[in-house]
Amino acid sequence: MINSIYSVLAFYGLATVIVVAAILVVLMRNIMHSVLFLAVTFIAMAGMFLLLDADFLAAVQILVYAGAVCIMLVFAIMVIRRTDMAETNLFNRQVLAGVGLTVLTLALGTIFGGRTAWTQLVTHEAVPKNTVQYIGAFMLSKYVIPFEVAALLLLVALVGAIVLARDEEVKDNAGTDDYS
Amino acid sequence: MLENLFVGIAHWLRALLGGTGILPVEITESIVFLVKLVAVLIFILLNALWLVYMERKVAAYMQARIGPNRVGPKGLLQTTCDIGKLISKEIIIPKNVDLVVFLLAPVLIFVPTLMVFAVIPLGKNMAALDLNIGLFYLLAIASVSSLFFWMAGWSSNSKYSLVGSMRVVAQMVSYELPLILSLLGVIMITGSLNMSAIIDAQTKVWFIFTQPIAFLIYFIAAVAETNRTPFCLVEGESEIIAGPYTEYGGMAFAMFFLAEYANIMVICAVTTIVFLGGWHAPFEAFAIGGAHVFTWIPSWVWFFLKMYALIFVVMWFRWTFPRIRVDQLMGFGWKVLVPLALANIFVTGIGIYIYKAIGW
Repeated sequence: MINSIYSVLAFYGLATVIVVAAILVVLMRNIMHSVLFLAVTFIAMAGMFLLLDADFLAAVQILVYAGAVCIMLVFAIMVIRRTDMAETNLFNRQVLAGVGLTVLTLALGTIFGGRTAWTQLVTHEAVPKNTVQYIGAFMLSKYVIPFEVAALLLLVALVGAIVLARDEEVKDNAGTDDYS
Repeated sequence: MLENLFVGIAHWLRALLGGTGILPVEITESIVFLVKLVAVLIFILLNALWLVYMERKVAAYMQARIGPNRVGPKGLLQTTCDIGKLISKEIIIPKNVDLVVFLLAPVLIFVPTLMVFAVIPLGKNMAALDLNIGLFYLLAIASVSSLFFWMAGWSSNSKYSLVGSMRVVAQMVSYELPLILSLLGVIMITGSLNMSAIIDAQTKVWFIFTQPIAFLIYFIAAVAETNRTPFCLVEGESEIIAGPYTEYGGMAFAMFFLAEYANIMVICAVTTIVFLGGWHAPFEAFAIGGAHVFTWIPSWVWFFLKMYALIFVVMWFRWTFPRIRVDQLMGFGWKVLVPLALANIFVTGIGIYIYKAIGW
């Protein structure tokens, strides 16, 4: 796949967009702009998946990250809305902590990146034309335990959210007469 | 002849470009693809032009009025004149707007709709791009559009726009769930996400008959996704002055309406594909006296007839139902549509196994 000039050009174009947008997420002073650049990063990542012939994964990336995660962030920001949005994503002076965290992340990335046997991960077969069926089969056979654990975790989170929301509603209505 | 009109044009163009032997295959294919996409764009714009006129005529008919009747025969050129007026208008930029986001939103709002149209088969072999994951691609791309509505509403820096945009986001996120869940039943029966495969599975029976509940859920949720009445509280003129579009004027405002009409086309096209047999003629599998009854009409004409019938229903909604309240909207989405869609998936799953066990 990565042998024609077009795919190489596309890779570097997408990589540039991803890195620049990700840096801008951090640098933007208005947190709303950060969210928008985060969406750009996610969509460019989907392009990266497309380049690897993983069309289903690309669509999932767009649906879940660009479509849902960004919107959830918007909701979260709107709930804690401040009067002046221009100064919501400021820098702080925690230089020591920042440097420590960066060094730690880089070190971990280097260690795990160096340990991974990249050449063995690359398959030499052609990517199947229809990847969805294979992903589905793998999720319910080889990776069924992680799949179920993730599903359970999401269910717990969902029930927890409902409980939190209900609790407030019950308290709100406690003082008033029931009007149902 | 008519049946293969557009497919024939594509073949002819490919043969013409490839026949010269000068251009490499990649360039030829890109040019053919570009022509397809430009054709789709022109198709959307012409239809949107017609739909605005149709909406006004339908509204007039429902209210026992005549509707536009001065410009051109039967008022047909009314929308063309309106576009001219809108283009000549100034785009007013209020103080304290977030300029880049404010100007980007009306441009970007049209992008998902245009991208979605690439995978819609408008007739036999008439999808610009026949993706394996066509339906999923469509849902994924469509889900991004709520972000652009929010961009428009938030950057306007106006309370009406902000309230409207938060309503858009809440409504679109809530109704995306029943929308996707209702399509799952059809996907389970077909075993494919490919649009052409879904249409092929409906040669004998349309899915509206085997999945009637899914059809209803899908259609309701889809109308909500396009923010049309009765789900138009996001742009309620009387309470929040058109919501996210309050601060827009001229062509920037028109872009939102263009996108809305294009979205109506998308949802009606998807309903046609998934539930009404796509480009198949009715009773195509049955032949009376050795001859098929309706297949002499080209497949793309059938597609448009079905699509426009559904568009008429959507317009009919607008002049029949009152606007619903926010809490009613959320309650209906989460407490009625989502459980119903889940039950539909469950029953469909059992039904497929019973069907296999009987072995018809």
